[in-house]
Amino acid sequence: MSVPERSPEMSEPPSNGAGPARALRRAAGSALSGLPDRGLLRFTTAGSVDDGKSTMIGRLLVDSRQVADDQLAQVQEASRRRDGEGALDLALLTDGLRAEREQGITIDVAYRYFATARRFIIADVPGHREYTRNMVTGASTADLSVVLVDASRGVVEQSRRHAYISTLLGIRQVVVAVNKMDLCGYDRGAFEEIVAAFERFAAELPGADRHYIPMSALKGDNVVWRSERMPWYEGPSLLEHLEQVELPHERPERVASRFPVQWVIRPGDNGYRGYAGQLATGQLRTGQELLLSPSGRTTRLAGIDTYDGPLEEAIAPQSVSLVLEDHLDLSRGELVSSPENPPRVGRNLEADVCWMSAHPLEAGKRYLIKHTTRTVQAIVEDIVHRVDIHTLRPGPATGGLELNDIGRIRLRTSAPLAFDPYQVNRRTGSFIIIDEHSNDTAGAGMIVGDPAE
Amino acid sequence: MTEAKTEVAPAHRLLSHLDALESEAIHIMREVAAEFERPVLLFSGGKDSLVLLRLAEKAFRPGRFPFPVMHVDTGHNFPEVIEFRDRRMAELGERLIVASVQDSIDRGRVAEETGPRASRNRLQTVTLLDAIAEYEFDAAFGGARRDEERARAKERVFSFRDDFGQWDPRAQRPELWNLYNARVRRGEHVRVFPLSNWTELDVWEYIAREGLAVPSIYFAHEREVFVRDGMLYAHNPYVVLMQGEQPFREWVRYRTVGDMTCTGGVRSRAATLEEVVSEISATRITERGETRADDRVSEAAMEDRKKAGYF
Repeated sequence: MSVPERSPEMSEPPSNGAGPARALRRAAGSALSGLPDRGLLRFTTAGSVDDGKSTMIGRLLVDSRQVADDQLAQVQEASRRRDGEGALDLALLTDGLRAEREQGITIDVAYRYFATARRFIIADVPGHREYTRNMVTGASTADLSVVLVDASRGVVEQSRRHAYISTLLGIRQVVVAVNKMDLCGYDRGAFEEIVAAFERFAAELPGADRHYIPMSALKGDNVVWRSERMPWYEGPSLLEHLEQVELPHERPERVASRFPVQWVIRPGDNGYRGYAGQLATGQLRTGQELLLSPSGRTTRLAGIDTYDGPLEEAIAPQSVSLVLEDHLDLSRGELVSSPENPPRVGRNLEADVCWMSAHPLEAGKRYLIKHTTRTVQAIVEDIVHRVDIHTLRPGPATGGLELNDIGRIRLRTSAPLAFDPYQVNRRTGSFIIIDEHSNDTAGAGMIVGDPAE
Repeated sequence: MTEAKTEVAPAHRLLSHLDALESEAIHIMREVAAEFERPVLLFSGGKDSLVLLRLAEKAFRPGRFPFPVMHVDTGHNFPEVIEFRDRRMAELGERLIVASVQDSIDRGRVAEETGPRASRNRLQTVTLLDAIAEYEFDAAFGGARRDEERARAKERVFSFRDDFGQWDPRAQRPELWNLYNARVRRGEHVRVFPLSNWTELDVWEYIAREGLAVPSIYFAHEREVFVRDGMLYAHNPYVVLMQGEQPFREWVRYRTVGDMTCTGGVRSRAATLEEVVSEISATRITERGETRADDRVSEAAMEDRKKAGYF
């Protein structure tokens, strides 16, 4: 195998050549290279200011040879201008906007792409400004979350908050990256203390697999290459872990089938009707019985059509068109499922929300909510509680929910919705709240259930 | 049989990354068709927008596209690209609108730049915004990708534009799950980028997989070029040579398709899709860094043009 030349910015791989050498090959999982395609992994990163998050992402990209020469040259030039000494500031790779580079801060969620044996999409979330709003946004599409902890400072309040938000957003894979191990002499005791501290509150945050990796993003230990400076750690590097971890959507047969109708394809007078949409979760097979919600009708699946021809079976997240046996008049917003595993249907919802608007959410206010492919009006009946961001416990919600608050609310909608609890199904359990006056996206909602249950 | 081993774990069924990206893009296009009154698909003749056309076929066939296709023609395009555009549109049988920068100049909306570095790159923003206003488009598909440029890395899939067509990077709507907010007032619009999560290599792999025709300038060919700012420009009627610039013949191909005044070619012998893909896989320079003068103006050239309403 040919190993590309090393540039001086890259950290040293271990001399024994251990570690994921394939990471060096750009786009190794690609269709044309003939290597297996491990699909797409979306992950998000969370850390406080100065935990070294941007440095870690920069290191991941530079050491796996994902940064093009002209981008690297731009960063070198900018680093020189900034501190005069020419130490490469890896964080500059991910700071995209003029204001960010001028102020040395990260403003907004940025998306980064890289490919090794798998394709990765990183939602890079800033640690300080409006972190809740940004982190919730980044976490909403992520399968995995990397929470950074500064080894020299230990687990701080923010680390716990990051883990809490990951879990709230339904992320089942959390990697705790214990960074800056170089500042504590690569000491095993320091690492284990942090693991123990994190585990103490992790028990309150159920449902997520947790993996701990000691690293130094600055020096390149255990980011792409396994570190020789921490022989006591026998686990994978961060990249190895990301390449290997198995995701829930790799097993569509274990999840209920959910297909929100998005668009009706009606090419003319020939009577053809294709109900187009993206299979949100699960699978559908030609000939199977179908339940339509909220209308409650049943029918049979006569065929699954695509531009490339009919399919016997579709799996999430494929975009397809369904042809039904009966001539039913379905419209956008109807949810197709199998009758054995129906969604809930109702107009009353209890949901956790993250508020993202400067105008507070208050009981009695009306909003639009967009849930799957259906948009309805909703009234806030009650604010059940507001989460205290320090203790992460429910507290009173006098004054409503303000920007970056997380709380639980009860809603009544103008038309029935077909839904699942968010912790069971992220696609049919999520909604956005739209302010009808400003048209802004004012909040993110995660359905807990019907309050009457 | 010596042992009854019937427990076989089900095979992992996983969409390939290209299938996942394709499905996401189709979903985005159908959301736009369902939620906006008057969408339009912006077509440049380049690789990204020809992928958009295939995705529109996948999203809406056997029906017709629920929107027209619009080309903003600077008048300085490669003739091969215009020819490709017309051929492809005839195949599709969909409606094409051509918004012309020359018209904007003739009507006095913009003034032609002069001198050897004159380009209509900036002028086309006005032509585009005028056309959006004239046809009252409330959504416009573009082929931009987040991997192209770092300001684009922060842009939403549904990217809101105010009634001046401006992008405000610091006041973007949060975008969660795959729930896109399509609400706009009259005069405002949304730029929609179905290829947000694709990389340049994904686009080429998809073109190869789908067997899509591309304009011939993407493949290596011999042409008259000259060197300016380290890039190989086509010797063409729209660029005045400066002192010392000497045209010569060279084998080149194009990685991006802008117009002839701002797009450079790369030395290449890649004559097939497979050769192009392997060249892209091995390259160490980004497409915009290598071939686009319009991005070299300053560190934030793209961000500044996007704020003003550029593609």
